Amino acid sequence: MGIAGAIGTPIKRREDPRLITGQATYVDDIKIPGMLYMAVLRSPYGHARINSINTEAARNHPGVKAVYTAADLKGAVGNVAIAVPLGEIANGMGVHGPLAEGKVRFYGDPVAVVIAEDRYVARDARDLIEVDYEPLPAIVDVEKAMQPGAPLLYEEFGTNVAFSLTPPTDDIDKVFEQTKADGGIVVKQRMVNQRLAPNSIETRGVVAEYRKANKSLTVWSSSQIPHLLRNILAALVGLPQHQVRVIVPEVGGGFGSKLNIYPEEMVAAFATMKLGHAVKWIEDRSENLAVTIHGRDQVDYVEVAATKEGKITGLKVHGISDLGSYCQLFTDVIMIAFGFPVSCGAYDIPAIYLSADIVFTNKAPTDAYRGAGRPEATYIAERAIDLVARELGKDPAEVRRLNFIQPDQFPYKSAAGAVYDTGNYEPALDKALAMADYQNLRSEQARLRSNGNGKLVGVGLSSYIEICGFGPKGTAPVGLYESARMRVEQSGTVMVYTGSSPHGQGEETTFTQIVAEEFSIPADQVMIMHGDTDSTPEGRGTYGSRTTAVGGSAVFTAAQRLKEKMKHIASHMLEASASDVTLEDGKFSVAGSPQKAVTFAEVAATANLSNTLHASIEPGLETTVFWEPEACTFPFGTHVCVVEIDKETGNAEIKRYVAVDDCGRQINPMIVEGQVHGGIAQGVGQAMVEGVIYGEDGQLLTSTLMDYAMPFASELPNFELDSTVTLTTVNPLGVKGVGEAGTIGSTPAVANAIADALGVAHVDMPFTSEKLWKLIHQS
Amino acid sequence: MFPLPACNEGRIPHDETNGGNNLTMKREITVTVNGQQHHSNVEPRMLLVHYLRDELDLTGTHIGCDTSQCGACTVLLNGDSVKACTVLAVQADGCEVTTIEGLAPEEGSLHPIQTAFWEKHGLQCGFCTPGMIMASYQLLKNNPNPTEAEIRKGLEGNICRCTGYQNIVRAVQYSAEQMRTGAEAPVGAGE
Repeated sequence: MGIAGAIGTPIKRREDPRLITGQATYVDDIKIPGMLYMAVLRSPYGHARINSINTEAARNHPGVKAVYTAADLKGAVGNVAIAVPLGEIANGMGVHGPLAEGKVRFYGDPVAVVIAEDRYVARDARDLIEVDYEPLPAIVDVEKAMQPGAPLLYEEFGTNVAFSLTPPTDDIDKVFEQTKADGGIVVKQRMVNQRLAPNSIETRGVVAEYRKANKSLTVWSSSQIPHLLRNILAALVGLPQHQVRVIVPEVGGGFGSKLNIYPEEMVAAFATMKLGHAVKWIEDRSENLAVTIHGRDQVDYVEVAATKEGKITGLKVHGISDLGSYCQLFTDVIMIAFGFPVSCGAYDIPAIYLSADIVFTNKAPTDAYRGAGRPEATYIAERAIDLVARELGKDPAEVRRLNFIQPDQFPYKSAAGAVYDTGNYEPALDKALAMADYQNLRSEQARLRSNGNGKLVGVGLSSYIEICGFGPKGTAPVGLYESARMRVEQSGTVMVYTGSSPHGQGEETTFTQIVAEEFSIPADQVMIMHGDTDSTPEGRGTYGSRTTAVGGSAVFTAAQRLKEKMKHIASHMLEASASDVTLEDGKFSVAGSPQKAVTFAEVAATANLSNTLHASIEPGLETTVFWEPEACTFPFGTHVCVVEIDKETGNAEIKRYVAVDDCGRQINPMIVEGQVHGGIAQGVGQAMVEGVIYGEDGQLLTSTLMDYAMPFASELPNFELDSTVTLTTVNPLGVKGVGEAGTIGSTPAVANAIADALGVAHVDMPFTSEKLWKLIHQS
Repeated sequence: MFPLPACNEGRIPHDETNGGNNLTMKREITVTVNGQQHHSNVEPRMLLVHYLRDELDLTGTHIGCDTSQCGACTVLLNGDSVKACTVLAVQADGCEVTTIEGLAPEEGSLHPIQTAFWEKHGLQCGFCTPGMIMASYQLLKNNPNPTEAEIRKGLEGNICRCTGYQNIVRAVQYSAEQMRTGAEAPVGAGE
């Protein structure tokens, strides 16, 4: 094509100039005359009754404009939104208002807010609020929370279990019995997928401004979901939707944690409506670690049956999902809706049994964190394959190969119910094994083992799949479409208003490339606008690796529509038939006679100026497209991790990390690579160092970045990347999505490498030196 | 922790009123930021990062953790990198501060480290980036020819949640190359 910035070229990101110079505007950079600051008083207990709250001293503190508790919000602000309330949640269990009422149920539970002229004064006054708490026994262990006699978060329900899924086991029992009768094996393992903190480097934040004269509320929020926030917040504060505008400025990372309507957004909106001044709240890191949603936190009982050759005959999983204290937007459905459908992984598993308990504990609510359910399900499948290989003494690569769904089986309906679009798993495995020089690694490992030189080498594989591009219609309470409004201006500039809203993914660049390719114009003639609900058409948000697959398809379709109209206009200008007109190198011409041409800009001018436009054609070049997926996409790949454990210290080091990912068509390979790097780092983080820790009394022990470990540059290796390309058939671009793949693929690869190094069936994450040293020295 | 500035004796002015603990009694300070001198009245408890962001409207310096782990607030104080969330504005009295807004040699241009982060895709959400660039500046000032391991070690005070660091390392390597070949001399205050 020869167009700078066309699809498939690794052009530099268009967002970067403002970000590398400090000129980007994040929510804390917004200043409004007369703006007030909000500070939140939070529970110091994991579980306590609130006997009384005395706010008098805080109210009288100089500079304080207001202090609010739950009593002040009653009737004025609704409850925190829940997308799909399951079981007892539909009856009110885990439903909560923005400020705690009667009881606090986790460390950090918001109790009161102070609104003051200055952020320091707001905190001073917050310290003057007196709360009389009656501490209650806390429950932080999800399995103990299910036992009779456990402290109850919601006494009126008589249990902490919100919902259970217990289908009959007859079918899977038969499969397991038959497998054993045929000389096969059944392996059982309990696995813990520990609680993680998303930790975007920009914490959450909100500025809310109400103008009483025209009853309009504008909310700037660090959010992944501007339109959902606008729609839900409007309902919660009792304003018509058209009087609420949400603007999402630059967002400093989200990873799923900004995919909620949070109490602070609701209270800031309430406060500005009361006070008539803008109100700003910026979360500090300790608040972020305590109250922004956590991820994972699942205990799984896994049983896998296989023939003696290693062909899996059945998988049985009982998942226990730790919801924490309250239900947020997707808290209750993460495991069941996003994890369970991919339980079979990349494997043709004929029988599966999935049961579940979802349970409240005195911890922060869990919700979507990078991968959301899929990392947990993939961890189970990938560990199960290794358990089978270990039990049978077979090479885990070969057991994977034996069980892969074959290319001619797509579209493939798995026993877990999901319909996989396209896939070709073996080439990705082969490529990864070749890059890692797998056979050599194995012989080197055997040599080092026999040497006994103090180092334990382990090699771990993970041949993951994931599910992206949500949709489809009917699977969620609202249609999960994305949208694009596109205008070709008189100058030939293309303005794109997208309903998708990025937080670091480089959407301005990727979407530009889709438009530049379709119009064969330079990238700098395209502008991508996002995040303002007043100017962008309704979108559903950026999560689930869906922005390019769904939002990109909307942009592409809009460009196609305008291109057709421009061809029609050009055909009149060229006195030819529209079907004979082609667009190449920024020029419309008649097929076969390229010398007779009109430029993209000339057609744009003709359409917009209208005077010379053919009378049968409507002036202007603008269209809005809503694109709703008919099916999901299933990216895949194989990761290989090589670890070395020092027997003396227990320290595990990742020596090599190879990843071959297939996300379908790549719009910008540089951005794809960046997403994979970051994804792997987060998955490795879970495996190696991360974990939210609560004391038995519900105290949060990981409340600063001193205590919550995230990987440093020095702790990560250089990732060796390659890809295969298997297009999806469910969208016109052929893209599958790549935001979460690295995270989903990497955690089990590291876990498998660690178990391999130690020669054990299973070790629960994170693989800290202390844990590994103890394992090495107890045996 | 960080090199205390040598300017104005580098200590918090003592306050005799209210038992010496009046943290809200404003003090006059003079700070040169990105070459421009500012006279301001600030509370002794005001953090340098809030002074830069809220008083001087230099919002390129970010706050990520409040406890000096993440490094998003890294600026240069008399030419050395400090975490501005754990420096008081009054400690910068008489000092020269360089923020991300003042790193480029001239208005509208880019410092080689900025260019390298762009070229090598060393950022995604961009929130850690100003601090990461300022920390890289310090790293390259101390060691103009670092190995990959030295870069990874040298950036331990700055956390990035998006990139997995690989392209940040590439960016620092690339900027080291560019700066060694003398494309552009680094600038900084107090040198």
